[in-house]
Amino acid sequence: MFLSSLIILPLATAAGVLFCKGIKQVRNVSLVGAAAQMVLAFTFLIQYWKERAAGNQSQMLFQEDHTWFAPLNIHYHIGIDGISLSMILLTAFVVIAGVLVSWTMEKLNREFFFLLLLLSVGAYGFFISLDLFTMFFFLEVAVIPKFLLIGIWGSGKKEYSAMKLALMLMGGTALVFVGLMGVYFNTNTGNGAHTFDVLQISQMHIPVEVQKLFFPFAFVGFGIFTALFPFHTWVPDGHSSAPTAASMFLAGISMKLGGYGCLRVATFLMPDAAHAYAPVIIVLATIAIIYGAFATMMQTDLKYINAYSSVSHCGFVLLGIGMLTRTSINGAVLQMVSHGLMTALFFAAIGMIYTRTHTRLVAQLGGLLKVTPFISTVFVIAGLCSLGLPGLSGFVAEVTVFMGSWQNPDKLYRLATILACASIVVTAVYILRAAGKTVMGPISNAYEKLTDAKWNEIVAAGLLVIAIVAIGVAPFWLNDLIKPGTEIIMNKVLMIK
Amino acid sequence: MNDFFILMKQEIVIMIIIFALLIIKVGKDRSNDWVLNMVNILLLINFIAGFFYPKQGMLFNDMFRTTPLAVLEKNILSLGTLIISLQSYSWLKNHKHVIEFYVLLLSTLLGMFFMISSGNLLMFYLGLELSTIPLAAAANFDLQKKKSSEAAMKLIISSAFSSGLLLFGISLVYGTTGALTFTEITTHLSNNPLQIFAFILLLAGFAFKISVVPFHLWTADVYEGAPVAVTSYLSVISKGAVLFVFVSVLYSVFKPISESWYNMLFLLSVVTIVIGNLFAIRQNNIKRFLAFSSIAQIGFILVGITGTSQLGATSVIYFVLIYIFSNLAAFGVVSLVSAVTGKENISDYKNFYKSNPVLSWVLTIGLFSLAGVPPTAGFFGKFFLLMAGAGKGNYVLITIAALNMVISFYYYLRIVKAIFMDANEHPIEKVVIPGFSKIALYMCVAGIVLTGLVSYVYDYIHSLVPEI
Repeated sequence: MFLSSLIILPLATAAGVLFCKGIKQVRNVSLVGAAAQMVLAFTFLIQYWKERAAGNQSQMLFQEDHTWFAPLNIHYHIGIDGISLSMILLTAFVVIAGVLVSWTMEKLNREFFFLLLLLSVGAYGFFISLDLFTMFFFLEVAVIPKFLLIGIWGSGKKEYSAMKLALMLMGGTALVFVGLMGVYFNTNTGNGAHTFDVLQISQMHIPVEVQKLFFPFAFVGFGIFTALFPFHTWVPDGHSSAPTAASMFLAGISMKLGGYGCLRVATFLMPDAAHAYAPVIIVLATIAIIYGAFATMMQTDLKYINAYSSVSHCGFVLLGIGMLTRTSINGAVLQMVSHGLMTALFFAAIGMIYTRTHTRLVAQLGGLLKVTPFISTVFVIAGLCSLGLPGLSGFVAEVTVFMGSWQNPDKLYRLATILACASIVVTAVYILRAAGKTVMGPISNAYEKLTDAKWNEIVAAGLLVIAIVAIGVAPFWLNDLIKPGTEIIMNKVLMIK
Repeated sequence: MNDFFILMKQEIVIMIIIFALLIIKVGKDRSNDWVLNMVNILLLINFIAGFFYPKQGMLFNDMFRTTPLAVLEKNILSLGTLIISLQSYSWLKNHKHVIEFYVLLLSTLLGMFFMISSGNLLMFYLGLELSTIPLAAAANFDLQKKKSSEAAMKLIISSAFSSGLLLFGISLVYGTTGALTFTEITTHLSNNPLQIFAFILLLAGFAFKISVVPFHLWTADVYEGAPVAVTSYLSVISKGAVLFVFVSVLYSVFKPISESWYNMLFLLSVVTIVIGNLFAIRQNNIKRFLAFSSIAQIGFILVGITGTSQLGATSVIYFVLIYIFSNLAAFGVVSLVSAVTGKENISDYKNFYKSNPVLSWVLTIGLFSLAGVPPTAGFFGKFFLLMAGAGKGNYVLITIAALNMVISFYYYLRIVKAIFMDANEHPIEKVVIPGFSKIALYMCVAGIVLTGLVSYVYDYIHSLVPEI
């Protein structure tokens, strides 16, 4: 199967959008493109299952390798395994939901959808790259569209948030760059040549001192994307000032770019250093979880609540990666998928509420269940997934991370696990408070005439809810998908021990 | 005799064009439009002719050396000159001294060609002087403005001073090695303190020309005062030529003292990047802003030069080409807006997108390429430059450079923000883009988009750079 189609399709859709005139054409083209992406993602899933069933045991399937810059040994090398595939599915869901939610975007709509689709090109490219240069290329491609989306179509202090987001993410990529250079120049493919190829590097042994020097660069660089404490400060402003579709993409996918990078690049290629720095990562992740949760409790704006809770939930991803057990790494990937879907749903619901009530402050909302039952239900489902209600994907991911974390008997690790578990209580507080106040109770006169969700919002939310429930009720299909991939990573990590 | 014509073909073509212009000046009175069309066609022919028969050889007892790489470098400069000429159409249309301007400009180009092909320090100096003095006269070409004369004066005086330093260095090199030819100098170089001192003087001369801190003080005032065409020329062509020479001279001639110059370049690059960035943040005049941002870019190029010879030279030449496209895209829009409306402040560009969407996108793409955002070519250029620098194992330098890229991001994004996001009470009205400027801008944008993604350009340059 032709894997580059994952990049070419959204690129073609984005180019096509530029030639459209009028919002109807623009959004129809975007919807067709996003739907085609979803079909493509599922096609790859089915093909992947077939290949594995037929006995194909290679780590990456559907590989394509073209030399790009021969003198530097840079290749356009792409391929997918279970982890990448799950990320691709996540991206497909969030993009189509984002397109549908932005159905009535009037201002400069052509440019808006163009930038949104460009973001998806960056995300797909990043998840399927197997060459460090190509990965880095797609990682940076995604930053500028975010800046423009927030700065032009956002609300509140949008220019400030956009600039802060762009600069901090670029700072992250600068650190990643240094890490990549360190790895590249310490690989040896014979007669002094170096390589950027992830699969090749994973077979080599990079000297431990070198690993210990460059692992922090790579991990912190990618960690900035995943709101690693104390570099998480771009998240609250960035997510809250962004327009709905951009928030969904930012929190749903962009933060996972970091987690994926931490796993695939930092941990996979530098396993010795991953062991050495594990305590630090765990401490920082736990702080993010606890601090994020408590900070959320203080927020009064729905979007800020979700943004800070994203900091907290992405802390679970980093905690899972830091614990370095088979189960915890599985949990980290599950949490990436689950949180992506959940936060996209949450932002979509908040966006729907905002377009109707023109306020995001919890204190001003109330009783929405009476007038907008669908939106309110979706809102509550997102909230329940966030606090880990069994039956939804959040529970599956968090339980896996906790069980994996508990496996390590070290005192620090156990303490971190206990604290992380305890944060669920805090999560429950802020979710139930926000959800309860918003959807129940007396309804103010201003909201009596609100209309419920339109077809595009129903489809967008519906798709995300189906995905969340599918993972929550029957997580085995996702777990079996990602397990071979995480096995290979963990084999490498455990070999060092 | 045949050898002479083939090896010096690019120089001969330029000389023919200069003579043709002089003949036109003496002959029948022609309208400016006719002259401009003529010149641009001639420059196009010059650029295309450069691609035929690149040969290796030397003339005049190794004073003039040409290699396929030198031919490529000259072609890059010709391309840049063509684009600048196309972009200056609207400014020159109403100018009284069009032919004089082109004679001056092409004389400097000729000087640069000689400089690139020099095999001997005297030839190099000859080329250098030929490339500087007419440029100072050209800087005065906004004849009605006092600032233009001020820029020209500053340029000629600082150039003269730096040439003096350079000559002192050359004389010391001759005194200590007994040779002026590059190949002979290398054999006599060692870590002799007097020779290191000579090298420092030579470095000072070079550093002035490429605006390395602390030799950069002339840059902002000259860029601001000179007409935009001359500023573009100074910022890309003049710098590019000197960088080309610098790279080949440094790696081949001064190889024996590579330890010493490595440390010097390390220091200079860090200082240049940091100071360039700090000052660029504070600028409000877009021409001064582009001047300071170009200083920071040169700092990045110095990082690339510190790398191993083949990787470093390739990345520098590649980056100069990309830098030409990116800078000329930005300058093209700025010069057009300046010629039509006279507005040059960043705050004037607020809400530029509303009235001029096409120009906004061209300016934005140029700025993104300067900042190093994929998928523009600037990303590849910067990545390879820093990669070359990392090859020597100096990760402190790379980290400083990479973090400074984030700072440079800030000031480039500030302009993008103004164009797309800010409101403006007196916005710039719709600017009609003349035909030639359109061609030039399209060429720049095409260059920015293609030079990076298509690996052919980089591979080609890499194949021409000798392994030393």
